[in-house]
Amino acid sequence: MRLNAQLWIGAALTAVFLAGAVLSFVWTPHDVTALNIADKLRPASSTYLLGTDHFGRDLLSMLMVGARTSIAVALVAVGIGLGLGVPLGLLAAATRGSLIDEVVMRGNDLIFAFPSLVIAILITAVFGPSALNAILAIGIFNIPVFARVSRGGALSLWTLDWILAARVAGKGRLRISLEHILPNIVNLLIVQGTIQFSLGILAEAALSYVGLGAQPPLPSWGRMLAEAQTMIYTNPALAILPGLAIVAMVLGLNLMGDGLRDLLDPRVRRARA
Amino acid sequence: MKHLTLAAAMLALTAGMAQAQQDTITLGMVLEPPNLDPTGGAAAAIDEVVYANIFEGLTRFGPDGAVLPALAESWEVSEDGTVYTFHLHDGVKFHDGTDMTAEDVVFTLDRARAEDSTNAQKALFTGITGVAAVDPLTVQITLAEPNGNLPFNMAWGDAVIVAPESIDTAATAPVGTGPFTFTEWVQGDHVTITRNDAYWGAAPALASATFKFISDPNAAFAAMMAGDVDAFPNFPAPETLSQFESDPRFKVIVGSTEGETILAMNNKLAPLDDIRVREAIAHAINRQDIVDGAMFGFGTPIGTHFAPHNPDYVDLTALSAYDPEKSKALMAEVGEIPALRLMLPPPSYARRGGEIIAAQLREVGIETEITNLEWAQWLEQVFGGKDFDLTIISHTEPADINIYARPDYYFQYDNAEFQALIAELGVTSDPARRSELNKQAQEMIAQDYVNAYLFQLAKTGVANAKIEGLWENAPTQANDLTGVRWTE
Repeated sequence: MRLNAQLWIGAALTAVFLAGAVLSFVWTPHDVTALNIADKLRPASSTYLLGTDHFGRDLLSMLMVGARTSIAVALVAVGIGLGLGVPLGLLAAATRGSLIDEVVMRGNDLIFAFPSLVIAILITAVFGPSALNAILAIGIFNIPVFARVSRGGALSLWTLDWILAARVAGKGRLRISLEHILPNIVNLLIVQGTIQFSLGILAEAALSYVGLGAQPPLPSWGRMLAEAQTMIYTNPALAILPGLAIVAMVLGLNLMGDGLRDLLDPRVRRARA
Repeated sequence: MKHLTLAAAMLALTAGMAQAQQDTITLGMVLEPPNLDPTGGAAAAIDEVVYANIFEGLTRFGPDGAVLPALAESWEVSEDGTVYTFHLHDGVKFHDGTDMTAEDVVFTLDRARAEDSTNAQKALFTGITGVAAVDPLTVQITLAEPNGNLPFNMAWGDAVIVAPESIDTAATAPVGTGPFTFTEWVQGDHVTITRNDAYWGAAPALASATFKFISDPNAAFAAMMAGDVDAFPNFPAPETLSQFESDPRFKVIVGSTEGETILAMNNKLAPLDDIRVREAIAHAINRQDIVDGAMFGFGTPIGTHFAPHNPDYVDLTALSAYDPEKSKALMAEVGEIPALRLMLPPPSYARRGGEIIAAQLREVGIETEITNLEWAQWLEQVFGGKDFDLTIISHTEPADINIYARPDYYFQYDNAEFQALIAELGVTSDPARRSELNKQAQEMIAQDYVNAYLFQLAKTGVANAKIEGLWENAPTQANDLTGVRWTE
């Protein structure tokens, strides 16, 4: 197989952040919740590898825990989308043209009709800002995305002869969906999953930036950006570092998503060969 | 990029020279007033718009806190000190064209001290037994007991003179006697006032002024830098002041305020009804860290609810000195308490200070749960509804220790001894005795650990370098624009 550069670069970037996030569970260079005002706004040094913020917190530690927050929010949000969206999509495809199909797909259209960030802000404003509500707000918008992808993928499969053969053999729609359709749309879901994951990271950063995501003292990249904004001229590193982290993480996930599509989609693979 | 900015600046400069002298100003404010009637609301933001601009009282505060004549050009006190006679200025008209007479003063004071009055500072009027109009330009105020503080009390924003004809609409369309008339209030955005050409006193230099409400420090910084706002008398991003200082387009004005910034505690709600918990919290707080971390060094630590520049101030910071070990010992005695709800209004001293305090409390084992509230929410839930455990707020009224004598005030401190003390203070005019009572009051609330007293808010203002006449200090909550003008 040819070396898939996109995939490897993307996977490497993602792995770096994942490693940082996982490591932060057991170890960070400094305690992120302890403030040390005497050491505020220090430049990078051997004690503080990336310097400190306006409360004297270690920036590297905050970025590590921030990665954890972002990844956790995005991961669960994608999980909500997969868990609810895929069954709905399969159901709609299996009952194509029926009332159920109509209800599911028009329901999707309804959610799509609203700008996602506005609804996310509405949800967090009503239920109070917290990481959990941010997850819910982002997760809800993943449902129709996965429902559509899986319905689209499933519909084209339902017309194939071997599915017909399975039906002739007496398998029910549910069994066909689970045993034959689902395994064949997994590649679609993985690709869509990585893309939704990167969008989830962005959405979490956006919500935290406006103060509706993870609440202090839990660090989050979006809030780090917001807090650094007035100090952008005097201490640019405070804004640049979390900004770079968001860009690199999203870029890594997108590259990985593209790479995975190249790897998993038989049509693309055939075209490349 | 640099050249571009330079070119733009030069362009702006030449354009500016071609124009006539600028006579409008846009002021930034962090908080929006909930209404515009200073005699019916507690929020400092009301006075910051209307005091000395739209409304005037019998007397007024000068920039240095001195009590000056305003609508009353002079006054005298009877021999026994119980009857004040105020002589009003002749020819003063309200903005709606009606004359301001002694009858309006009677109406104002009767309304403020009435049983059903919604005045936020009713204590200013206690002791007044009668207000009578002797003739259209003379008012007599009779007191139950001598009170040397009456002219000071009459200078407050809560004691400005209003007219019976226009009081019903004062909350949204205030009609006063001041040098500016109210023009419009676009809620959530700005209030505009325009020069009153029929003003009885010296006409202000400004033709109009706009108060723009920007609660987000980032937005405030951007607005100031972009020139959308000409002056921000209480600038919410102290970390940027050094940058403004080094920029010749701006000047930084640092002064004192009457703002005692406190960590208010709900004295009626468990577990904060236990003095040991309150004491533990007080000892867990490192004030200097808060001043340095939240205010970037602007602010003076205080140990009680009193302004350090007041001659009667007693430094009681030692009573609640930073002593985490003592806090831990006290908390060990009390046992487990649930996480306390820390409600933070928008000003950056509260939002940033809250994070620091939460971290300091965590050090001694007290968990908090931070909720950021918008200003209106804060006024409703915390100040009005008393539904909170902890909150951070700056009390910017002058000499306002008497709020501790009000058991229904939001932190709900109920101490009969203290109330008696304030009652005595209200009727005492002997300066030595007053000073002694003030000191006793300060000590009492410090010893009861009613609230954790953090620091005296500094007035950190930023203004266009060409503006002069803004107040340097804030002896009361006000943005007096009568003396403000552009120098070129």
